[in-house]
Amino acid sequence: MKYKILLFLFFISVAVAAKQIVVCEDCGIKSIKEAVRIANDGDEIFIKKGIYKEQNITIHKSISLIGEKGAIIDGEYKGGGLIFEANNFKIKGIKIINISTSYTVEYAAIKVVKVDGFIIDGCILEDVFFGILIEKSKGGIIRNNKISSNRKGEAGSGNGIHIWSGDKMEVYNNEMWGLRDGIYFEFVKNSTIYKNFSHNNIRYGLHFMFSNNNVYHHNEFRNNGAGVAVMFSKFIVMHHNKFRLNWGSASYGLLLKEIYDAEIYDNLFEQNTIGLNAEGSTRINYINNTFLRNGWAIKIAGACYANIFLHNDFMSNSLDLSYNSNVNDNKFDNNYWSEYNGYDLDKNGIGDVPYRPVKLFSYIVNKTPQALVLLRSLFVDIVNFSEKVSPVFTPDDLMDNNPLMKRIND
Amino acid sequence: MLKILKYSFYDLMRSRWSYVYFLFYLILGFVLLFLNNDVDKAVITLMNIIIVLTPLIGTIFGVMYYYDSKEFTELLLAQPINRKKIFMGQYLGISISLTLSLLLGLGIPFVLYGLFKSAAIFNFSLLLVVGSFLNFIFVALSYNIALSTENKIKGFGYAILMWLFLAVIYDGIFLISLVLLNEYPLDKFSLVATMFNPIDLSRILILLKLDISALLGYTGAVFRKFFGTNFGMLISMGVLVLWVILPVFRMNLKLRKKDF
Repeated sequence: MKYKILLFLFFISVAVAAKQIVVCEDCGIKSIKEAVRIANDGDEIFIKKGIYKEQNITIHKSISLIGEKGAIIDGEYKGGGLIFEANNFKIKGIKIINISTSYTVEYAAIKVVKVDGFIIDGCILEDVFFGILIEKSKGGIIRNNKISSNRKGEAGSGNGIHIWSGDKMEVYNNEMWGLRDGIYFEFVKNSTIYKNFSHNNIRYGLHFMFSNNNVYHHNEFRNNGAGVAVMFSKFIVMHHNKFRLNWGSASYGLLLKEIYDAEIYDNLFEQNTIGLNAEGSTRINYINNTFLRNGWAIKIAGACYANIFLHNDFMSNSLDLSYNSNVNDNKFDNNYWSEYNGYDLDKNGIGDVPYRPVKLFSYIVNKTPQALVLLRSLFVDIVNFSEKVSPVFTPDDLMDNNPLMKRIND
Repeated sequence: MLKILKYSFYDLMRSRWSYVYFLFYLILGFVLLFLNNDVDKAVITLMNIIIVLTPLIGTIFGVMYYYDSKEFTELLLAQPINRKKIFMGQYLGISISLTLSLLLGLGIPFVLYGLFKSAAIFNFSLLLVVGSFLNFIFVALSYNIALSTENKIKGFGYAILMWLFLAVIYDGIFLISLVLLNEYPLDKFSLVATMFNPIDLSRILILLKLDISALLGYTGAVFRKFFGTNFGMLISMGVLVLWVILPVFRMNLKLRKKDF
């Protein structure tokens, strides 16, 4: 017992030994750079309210940077903001604005290079080039941040949270808008992204490449230039996400390219030009998703094998499914299709006639996109009907043998 | 002209067919809303019906009325009344009574189901405007056919053929040409092609306000740029007006020379 008290006291003394350095406009220490210079590992720098016009503050010490409400670092479009190159740092409640655009240097509000263990919490990053740029780091938590920008064009803008080569990251409760990509992952593994809200970005709400074993859940992606793109990754789990209102000539709710062994469940795809676009994606289970009022609910572009679509709701989509080959290796079963007009005589909730989600019209539109002008014309209905009766062009084994009669997630 | 308009109008209003037509839309509106309970979705379903059925009914009514009242018309022609006035009166009488059936038949259920509280009110009014236009267009077209064809059976045949052509065959040819000319840039072509068919034009107009606008972005900016703007909307409306004016004009031209 005595030892325990002693141990406790020891830790307290260590904690006390870590001193707090206060930075404010009329204190002894007026700039953050100066505070960083005199700080030791484990210290806390407390930044009081005020505007600090400093750029490229490089930090090589394991310190905490805490901002009072109203503490602003102004980059004055002269470079980046903070650069961390030390393990176990923490930054909280700081507002960083006006980061300059560059076509050669990746200026970021917060840049993290080769760090093990860090927390970025509650920061507001406005008018940035890159928001949070992380390179070769692991064990980071990025939460409660608001990142925004108003740059125009893909080339002249950066990403909100950009992680290049990372491990065990946790990104949650962030909001990103007006950037190139809201969240960009490249070579990131074993990470979780949840409860983020990424909207009105120039390119993708979320974009990841070569990032295996990650989980994405409870995020909302809305109104992004091209939706969400997931490419060249394995063992991805995506659930309870909302992909909404991604409209435009090349917009997708979710774009999958070269994805293997993923689980996609309980997501909502609402009012996208293309709800889900899959290309070269194999062994993916799509379960319990809702596709609501999309142009195309699902577009399968080729080389997609052994995918399973189970218990999904397809509600009021202009075209349920588009397929560009007539070979089918994917399984559709027990889905609800609002276009289904079969019957259920034995009242077991499952339609007695199979449903064919690919219509001749969607096949034609695939070949000749302009033909879309004829959507919902009587002629197209007649053509679709005749194709339904005797399939010629569409894969004849592509059907849902047990279409449900009632919506699953009402 | 007003007198004849009034006469034709009351004559049609008293006829059973106007009531059947009115009741059809009334029941349709109620059933749709009862099944859907969502004004938004009901508008989409209605569109499918309106762009096919309104032209058909307009065509048949126009031809039927012309041949049915031919004797009475000849009697009127013996009176010192301007020919133009007689036929314009009849034409407007039919068009207005059909339009009224459409507006009331669909309007009543939708108003009862709380249309004014719904955001769909604009789409719905556009639907009704387009439906009315289709009535006026197809009655005019069928009157043209009837005036040019003495034989009743032939007249009916041509009228139905005209409807079939515009509602179905035209789209078929359109689609085939799109597929065949795949290698060429077809955006402008399809834009123009829709202008030449009032049914297609109405369909696109409504679809753009509904779900297709997202899809059209894919097809090419030309379409969305054109129809999506107020200017495009104005032009399309203008083309619909032209589709009314030209047949009416031709009708008058034909009337001047026709020997009854």
